[in-house]
Amino acid sequence: MSPRPVFADLEVGQELPAQTFVVTRETLIRYAGASGDFNVIHWSQRHALEVGLPDVIAHGNLTMALGARYLTQWAGDPGALSEYGVRFTKPVVVPDTDAGTTVEITGKILELDGDSRVRIDLTVTSEGQKVLTQARAWVHLS
Amino acid sequence: MPLDTGFIGRVYPATQPYVVSRAKIAEFADAAGDDSPAYRDVEAAAALGYPDVIAPPTFATIVTLEAAYAVVHDPALGLDWTRVVHGDQRFVYDRPLRAGDEITVVVTVESIRSMAGNDMIVLRGDVATVQGEHAVTSYTLLVARSAEDSA
Repeated sequence: MSPRPVFADLEVGQELPAQTFVVTRETLIRYAGASGDFNVIHWSQRHALEVGLPDVIAHGNLTMALGARYLTQWAGDPGALSEYGVRFTKPVVVPDTDAGTTVEITGKILELDGDSRVRIDLTVTSEGQKVLTQARAWVHLS
Repeated sequence: MPLDTGFIGRVYPATQPYVVSRAKIAEFADAAGDDSPAYRDVEAAAALGYPDVIAPPTFATIVTLEAAYAVVHDPALGLDWTRVVHGDQRFVYDRPLRAGDEITVVVTVESIRSMAGNDMIVLRGDVATVQGEHAVTSYTLLVARSAEDSA
């Protein structure tokens, strides 16, 4: 794990390192079981096509969970989030291949407050499309 | 037909208690590919100041989404579930959930709006322990697309 960020060293406008997350059909099956969200569009191509989707899509909350993973790994503390929200704008399409697809995440520091809290906006894309927008968090650095 | 705005402010009864387990936390972290030791190792969690392994930030969806579904399936609300998509999700944390927490969700209808034939409903889910300690609040925007759009 990289060293934990020191609040006093951070600056507004600073970019956080980009990370790439692989999402395969297996990821979706695991997430369905873990979350209890068994909506068929996340595992059945037949059902996904029936409702007009290009293929099986990832759970929005899984993509959101990857964003949380990105933020908490940067913070070095999985309990550091004081607020985290996203808008589900476009689906993450997951083909039935070994490689699956990828989700790319970058972050930028937008604000620092007097309580050691950092506001970070995320850019979350898959296949060049923004899949989450208004992905914002407040991270508390102790 | 637009949703009945009389539902705004309605508070639903608390869900049945859900016990957060170490095994479920590890399963959820595995599913998101997150290898943080604070999700699996009590000592690693203790080093960060937590009394037991903590749950990943979006773990609360396990209980809040189910609680939200129960509300949108309320026949009195009249929402066509087949046209509903999850628009936004936001969490505000007092503290991370952790193994051993026995939690319930109280859902409140925060707002109902209609825009261009789409019904938009925001459900707030307050997640607290059965002892009354508040842990996280979930805000879920559900959008029921107009019947014309989905054709």
